[in-house]
Amino acid sequence: MPLFLNDEQTMLRDTAKDFVAEHAPVGHMRALRDADDQTGFSRDLWKQFAEMGFTGMLIGEEQGGLGLGHVEAGVVLEAIGRNLSPSPFLTTAVAAVEALKGSAQAERWFPGIIAGDTVAALAIDEGAKHRNAVAMKAERSGNGFKLTGAKQFVTHGHVADLLIVAARTAGSAEDDEGVTLFAVPRDAANVSARAERLTDASLAARIEFDGVEVDADAVIGEVDAGRDPLGRLLRAGRTGAAAEMLGVGGGAMDMTLGYLKERKQFGTLIGSYQALQHRAAHLYSEMEVARAAVLKAQQLLDAGDDRADAAVSVAKAMTGIATTLSVQEGVQMHGGIGMTDEYDIGFYMKRGRVLAEMFGDANFHADQLARAAGY
Amino acid sequence: MTDLDTFRSETRAWLEENCPPEMREPMRSDKDTAWGGRDQSDMTPAQKTWMDKMGARGWTVPDWPKEYGGGGLSAAETKVLREEMARIRARNPLYSFGISMLGPALLKYGTEEQKKRFLPEIARGEIRWCQGYSEPNAGSDLASLATSAEDKGDHFLVNGQKVWTSYADKADWIFCLVRTDKTTKQGGISFVLFDMRTPGVSTKPILLISGYSPFCETFFDNVKVPKENLVGELNRGWDVAKYLLGHEREMISGMGLGAGGKNPLIEGALATIGLDHDGRLADPLLRAQIAMFEVRARAFTAQSERFIDELKAGRAHPAQPSMMKYYGTELNKSRHELMMAAGGSDELEWESEASRGGHTARAWLRTKANSIEGGTSEIQLNIIAKRILELPGA
Repeated sequence: MPLFLNDEQTMLRDTAKDFVAEHAPVGHMRALRDADDQTGFSRDLWKQFAEMGFTGMLIGEEQGGLGLGHVEAGVVLEAIGRNLSPSPFLTTAVAAVEALKGSAQAERWFPGIIAGDTVAALAIDEGAKHRNAVAMKAERSGNGFKLTGAKQFVTHGHVADLLIVAARTAGSAEDDEGVTLFAVPRDAANVSARAERLTDASLAARIEFDGVEVDADAVIGEVDAGRDPLGRLLRAGRTGAAAEMLGVGGGAMDMTLGYLKERKQFGTLIGSYQALQHRAAHLYSEMEVARAAVLKAQQLLDAGDDRADAAVSVAKAMTGIATTLSVQEGVQMHGGIGMTDEYDIGFYMKRGRVLAEMFGDANFHADQLARAAGY
Repeated sequence: MTDLDTFRSETRAWLEENCPPEMREPMRSDKDTAWGGRDQSDMTPAQKTWMDKMGARGWTVPDWPKEYGGGGLSAAETKVLREEMARIRARNPLYSFGISMLGPALLKYGTEEQKKRFLPEIARGEIRWCQGYSEPNAGSDLASLATSAEDKGDHFLVNGQKVWTSYADKADWIFCLVRTDKTTKQGGISFVLFDMRTPGVSTKPILLISGYSPFCETFFDNVKVPKENLVGELNRGWDVAKYLLGHEREMISGMGLGAGGKNPLIEGALATIGLDHDGRLADPLLRAQIAMFEVRARAFTAQSERFIDELKAGRAHPAQPSMMKYYGTELNKSRHELMMAAGGSDELEWESEASRGGHTARAWLRTKANSIEGGTSEIQLNIIAKRILELPGA
């Protein structure tokens, strides 16, 4: 399979690009922020995503979805990234769907996701930095489990219908074994979610689980073997976040190139200065390399190849590096106007920062790769 | 089974039978490079066997047409062949500027007669080519070259000097840029081929910081070049030169990829530094630098695959080789800086047996030329800015 989009994928990319640019351009995000919106995204837009078939992209056709793969989800995410569109697509239609796939919980939640009625959030992180460790406790209680602990950086966690929660049923925080993944309705008793507005104006919750009772059938996959569905969730989430970052970094780069071609100083277009040309060309190179890394990870994931894990870490780390460069160069090359709230380039910097952190930053993934390589 | 699956299993079986075991070992030094040419006395029997068998099958140039000595394979088949060679860690059977640079230019610009004459012997590794481009006063500004070719009816009379001619002292033929019109710059350049044994040609190796002399100064004193050896039209050699440079840049960019199998950087660091009690490289700052380097190196491997796929499908931007060259060479320099840091004082020994004659240090110094030869990194950035990003001219 060649490492570029095939004709169908290219068509889908163009459709997604036009659709998101029309219905959720950067101005849409700005308007939500300025209105002090407390949901974090537009439910109408989520419904439109469903009408386009996007919400069920990764769900099999036999379950009412489109049965597409990570390359296809990636082109939608890149469009979302380019327009900084607030959307539960990544958490719900990509990461949660991958976690639920093949489990008894899929039948319960997939119809709502496909219809654009259901939003899922990922209660994975327990500290300020993403780690593999899971400390939150799930103790056996009656016919099910009782969950106690706290999660943070749960995007859409305050309004989601479904929380995917990683908790420990055995062992200690650092162990691979003994983790169990749960599908918890957010309206379950003793779940309290406090939404916090993040740097990029998105909303993420800190969630307290204070002895939350769930039935045994809330378990996704097997008890103590939650690393399997959690692994699927993280691979999908990381690859998806990387694709979204391609959109953020690419959007910032295009804005910046546009500015270099119109802004004059000393009577000359600033884009004619070699000091800026070389930095722009270097940025282009980093973004191209990042794009290849993302597509490679997506293709390997879709093929079920066991090299996917490493490729996913490369993609997440490389897009983190390239997009961080893109937004920094973007603000710097825009000069004073780049520092103003009125101008969009700063939004790209903020969104890039949030995505770089999500599911592990470049350092985390470089470390993962080093461990896997034995050093 | 699809046709491609059949091709894969047949290819696997053929490689298994025909690739000598020695040719599946990692290359230990520059001396392990098989260059072919008229004089093959430096080649080992295994190198010769491997080159001859691959050459006879056209698999030294798998995607060239069969009538010119190629394998006639499709893009998909070529990829399968590369994958199967990588699977058994087979070495490249033939390193050749004829394959990586001249061949593609001849396929595009050569006459039928030139293609039939030169391409098959390139494919079989019978003639070793060198590149006469740079001159003492024409480096980054290559089009200001001055080596002249005077029209003498049935031949050109060539006079002048080239520099940085890779392996000119070992090459059999040269592809050379000459000035056929002094009144214009790019529009007065022609592209010619001639035998290095022609009277009036002489070479002088240049001793480099690595202690090796891979490059030469090359002098032309009334060298007669037959008219039929002109490639492309008279005074249109710059088009050929630029097209060929694109291929040269692709080739150099590949240097950032490193070999398959064991990673010499990580192996080297483990050998000198070792692991701590948590199983991590005991120098945490070097470990962090290597880990970050590896992210870029692996991402660039994906980019190289993507670039080749796009190129074969005719979808690559024509200036994309400049990006590949820039990124690949800078990456390769970083790799060798880290290898020196990992090796410590062991690798500073210039001649010892333990350091394999200063192998790592000499290779490190050699890589410094990567971002100079074939157009400097700064020239590549200029090209990207102008042709891909379409930024305004200065």
